[in-house]
Amino acid sequence: MMKGIEQEISRGRRAFIKKVLGGTIAGSLLLVIPAGAMELDRIPEQIPGMRKEKGPFITGRKFAFIVDITRCIGCGSCCVADKNEYKVPDGNYRTWVERYVIDDHDNVYVDSPNGGLDGYQEPRRDLPHPVRDTFFVPKLCNMCEHPSCVQVCPVGATFQTEDGFVLIDYKRCVGCGYCVQACPYSVRFINPETKTADKCTWCYHRVRKGLLPACVNVCPVQARKFGDLNDHGSEVYKILHQPHVISVLKPDMGNKPSLHYVGLRREVV
Amino acid sequence: MSPEHGAAVATALTNYVFPNDLHVHWSLMIVLYPYITGIVAGAFIVSSLYHVFHIKSLKPVSRYALVFALAFLAFATAPLLNHLGHPERAMNMMLTPSPTSAMAGFGYIYSAYAVVLILEILFIYRPTLVALKKKARGGMKLLYGILTMGSDNLSPEALRVDHKITAFLAAIGIPMACTLHGYVGFIFGGVKANPMWATPLMPVIFLLSASVSGIAGIILSYVVIRRYTNKPIDMNCVRTLIKFLWGCFILDFVFEMLELFSHAYMATHHWEALRDLYLGPLYWSFIVAQVGIFSVIPFIALGILSLVKLSDKIVMKWGSVLSAMILIQVLLMRWNVVIGGQLMSKSERGHAVFHPGFFTKEGIVVSIIIMTLPVVFLWLLSKVFPFWLDDDPAVERQST
Repeated sequence: MMKGIEQEISRGRRAFIKKVLGGTIAGSLLLVIPAGAMELDRIPEQIPGMRKEKGPFITGRKFAFIVDITRCIGCGSCCVADKNEYKVPDGNYRTWVERYVIDDHDNVYVDSPNGGLDGYQEPRRDLPHPVRDTFFVPKLCNMCEHPSCVQVCPVGATFQTEDGFVLIDYKRCVGCGYCVQACPYSVRFINPETKTADKCTWCYHRVRKGLLPACVNVCPVQARKFGDLNDHGSEVYKILHQPHVISVLKPDMGNKPSLHYVGLRREVV
Repeated sequence: MSPEHGAAVATALTNYVFPNDLHVHWSLMIVLYPYITGIVAGAFIVSSLYHVFHIKSLKPVSRYALVFALAFLAFATAPLLNHLGHPERAMNMMLTPSPTSAMAGFGYIYSAYAVVLILEILFIYRPTLVALKKKARGGMKLLYGILTMGSDNLSPEALRVDHKITAFLAAIGIPMACTLHGYVGFIFGGVKANPMWATPLMPVIFLLSASVSGIAGIILSYVVIRRYTNKPIDMNCVRTLIKFLWGCFILDFVFEMLELFSHAYMATHHWEALRDLYLGPLYWSFIVAQVGIFSVIPFIALGILSLVKLSDKIVMKWGSVLSAMILIQVLLMRWNVVIGGQLMSKSERGHAVFHPGFFTKEGIVVSIIIMTLPVVFLWLLSKVFPFWLDDDPAVERQST
């Protein structure tokens, strides 16, 4: 806080004194406490109305994530953005991109070297038959309506918020790894640095500030989409209510993911 | 290119493991955890066969089995604590448990079972402990004073009450021992994301394998300790134990094979991946070792020992060898379930690889230490609780 005050002072003593004089001492402190928020104001709100939300949890919203397989080009930008946002230790993945290749013998080849972090810059040359089809599938937390990880967590460290996020309280997690076993989508891992469970959060900290998840922001082809289904003007609402080919991963698990895929192919697990 | 070679190349090309599945999170520690709790549950059942079901021939090991169970129970949580990322938060499982978690009940079930087992030992040993207290000096006298709970009353009336209490504890101990280990099986069986684990047979298999590991542990250690201390071995007791071991192992092995058969017969969309797992990474540890060597041989040989009239020497020798084989079989089963289940990626397109470290935190050396600790503790317990009736001062006093 002191640093913030000092910065304000150095920026212009006169302006600062004016501000102080303009209100009470407490009032002036309130001006400098949300220094981050002042910075945030310069960034346009990406999720309408989020900055007006009050309270620890958001109610009345239903967030959804959509991945459009027909758009993804496998550049790996989302993975890079994610790794930068969270400093994810090497060898662990909050999100990754898989490459599917189907040859003219109907063999399916899948790979995801380094989780697609380096982008798919070269085609696969190790396949014995001519390629008939290829596509990319980004993976991330499915934010299930019935999350197995929340069910099995013995201490309640993994929990579900009222707005549908599945999050981890890193100060409560004992690091038993039961959630890692229980997740049908293998989006969880034990973070070797924190020794706790870790996974994609759909950038909850950004969403709370009205910003889109980092991976959505950087996707150059808009293959990743995020929004509020209760907002009928949102893109996700429109996509899910139009006659697209839409599915979720492993529907027979009964977890009811909030992560939907446009153009999901039957080869994808 | 030969067809076999072509198939191998295709497998290598199609092998896809989800990036987060490349690391096997539940290591050797989680192999040892159900192994140790299984031995505890099985040993308790041996004791209950005498105390509740009055199988008189098991009297020589009835008390020893309880102390044996306690020695292993004391270290059942050791591998778990070593495995946890934050062991300092372990008590949260009991203080703020999540009621929906299959794992959250372990602390309660384990603690309740520990209380029953300790009380059972103290009441069964009370006349012995009172006699030892009278002989003891210094610290040992104080220890026996605590263990006798301050009561030296050995009147027929007091012993009758003791007997009622021990009968009650043994009776509730059986369902508790079954719950303890059936529950451990459910921790795995309830993981729907893992098609190898997610079977209602899992608790049954865990419970039956627990019984055989406990009985085998008692046979082997009874014979070894009695021989090592130059004391006579009650062959009637050993023969009865072998019969129970065979009986339990018939059920155990049949259910283990039924589980595999069910997967193969129903052949759901998981089967292809499961078959590749059993025939691939688990070929040696499951098909060859667990089933071929350490199940089929004891299965037949225990039958022969149980049904054919053989000399005491042969029964003793082969009973011990087969018990050791059964102990290895159960350890292999734990390995194949815990590690094997994780080798199959949830992509169902490939298998991960796991090689336990040697000196790592959850490696082989630590595993050996953890498995040695109950044996050392058992030796310490032998200094306090005489295992056998022939070195029990209370029994001597009664007979003279």
